[in-house]
Amino acid sequence: MSSSSSSGPPSRRGLIAFAWVWVGVPLAYGLYELVQKATQLFTG
Amino acid sequence: MSPPVAPPGWSRWLVPPAALSVHLSIGQAYAWSVFKPPLESALGLSGTQSALPFQLGIVMLGLSAAFGGTLVERNGPRWAMTVALICFSSGFLLSALGAATEQYWLIVLGYGFVGGIGLGIGYISPVSTLIKWFPDRPGMATGIAIMGFGGGALIASPWSAQMLESFGSDSSGIALAFLVHGLSYAVFMLLGVLLVRVPRTEKPVGGDGPSALDGPQVSARNAVRTPQFWCLWVVLCMNVTAGIGILEKAAPMITDFFANTSTPVSVSAAAGFVALLSAANMAGRIGWSSTSDLIGRKNIYRLYLGAGALMYGLIALAGDSSKPLFILCALVILSFYGGGFATIPAYLKDLFGTYQVGAIHGRLLTAWSTAGVLGPLIVNWIADRQEEAGKDGASLYTMSLFIMIGLLAVGFVANELVRPVDPRHHVPVPASQEEPTDQSKEKEAADVQQQQ
Repeated sequence: MSSSSSSGPPSRRGLIAFAWVWVGVPLAYGLYELVQKATQLFTG
Repeated sequence: MSPPVAPPGWSRWLVPPAALSVHLSIGQAYAWSVFKPPLESALGLSGTQSALPFQLGIVMLGLSAAFGGTLVERNGPRWAMTVALICFSSGFLLSALGAATEQYWLIVLGYGFVGGIGLGIGYISPVSTLIKWFPDRPGMATGIAIMGFGGGALIASPWSAQMLESFGSDSSGIALAFLVHGLSYAVFMLLGVLLVRVPRTEKPVGGDGPSALDGPQVSARNAVRTPQFWCLWVVLCMNVTAGIGILEKAAPMITDFFANTSTPVSVSAAAGFVALLSAANMAGRIGWSSTSDLIGRKNIYRLYLGAGALMYGLIALAGDSSKPLFILCALVILSFYGGGFATIPAYLKDLFGTYQVGAIHGRLLTAWSTAGVLGPLIVNWIADRQEEAGKDGASLYTMSLFIMIGLLAVGFVANELVRPVDPRHHVPVPASQEEPTDQSKEKEAADVQQQQ
């Protein structure tokens, strides 16, 4: 019994998660550095 | 290279990270200032000379986006992202060679000319594709990508500074930093090249929403002949000029505004203010652009230009009386500045359709180049004249602020003049698309289901 006819196209959840982590991690680093700097407005 | 068509089951949520990988990389351009002091001391350059690679890069961004847009539409997003990757990375590699051999012209040629082409092609590369994948939410989709351009500088600025600290600020340290940048960005942008796909169908993946081919379709050649294009050109130019005006002088401005008060602003606090403005700029890109999907493009520009003028008025009249008021108004202005950039592709799509929206967007970016010269020129020139006249504090900027209000008013009127494009400019619809057969409807529905 082949399930290929009933199963849909492959799930891309892993790829989606990987792609968002790929761009999300550097962006989070940039935002962290930005917040560190921005707090100087209130503490400096 | 033919545009890469999505296989069955390809998710549209893979396209925004593909776009982000390119925009987060090329956004590095706004962090060029990190390299200026080391280059000046290592190669004996003046401040004007060390700014040359960045300035040429921005000029090339405008030119390549304007003239390369049609090629991007013809060859598809993967071709465009590949060109952007090759140009942007080899720009850094040429700069590394220039720094290592102390040949500054190679840095100008590499980063400015070659890298600048990468900036322009990379900037417009995902726009058309994102709009086709998200015809139901074009503002949000392009907002994500264009937010990335703002985010690129946030990443590159501390990253490049740390690298120079580790490698040293002499010519060999700078060369090594350029080399690492070139290689790292090539790997990072590769994700975009590999992931980007054009949709199999023009129907929205969400189901019942609008199709990417709904509404008028106008070619780039015809678009520049319409008053609508030039109205939007004025809108973008005025909005960007007003934003750059404040961004350019943010640190000295807040210091001067409160210099004669009981709570003067320190140098580090002024740096914190600039960082906060960058955050508002980024948040505006995604936030306001997504809001435009709900309230409409014309209304959101009424807000950017009308409320923006009001904020400038508040700063001019009462900015030096309250620090929170000054900061709040500046943050709102910068969020409108970012929003103006991010919403314009969706506005173009509403007026001209998706047919060549990337190419039309490329041509419209000449408004950005113009504003990039106009904004700093107005604020700096007037501040210098006021200083010569013996003024100080907030009064140095009063005239500039009122000029900005005038420019925003011009933009507001231009936005009010925007009307639907005359049908004579539309691309004729092929007969096959006018009356879809039952069979083609079924095939399209199946494609839509597979891409969810």
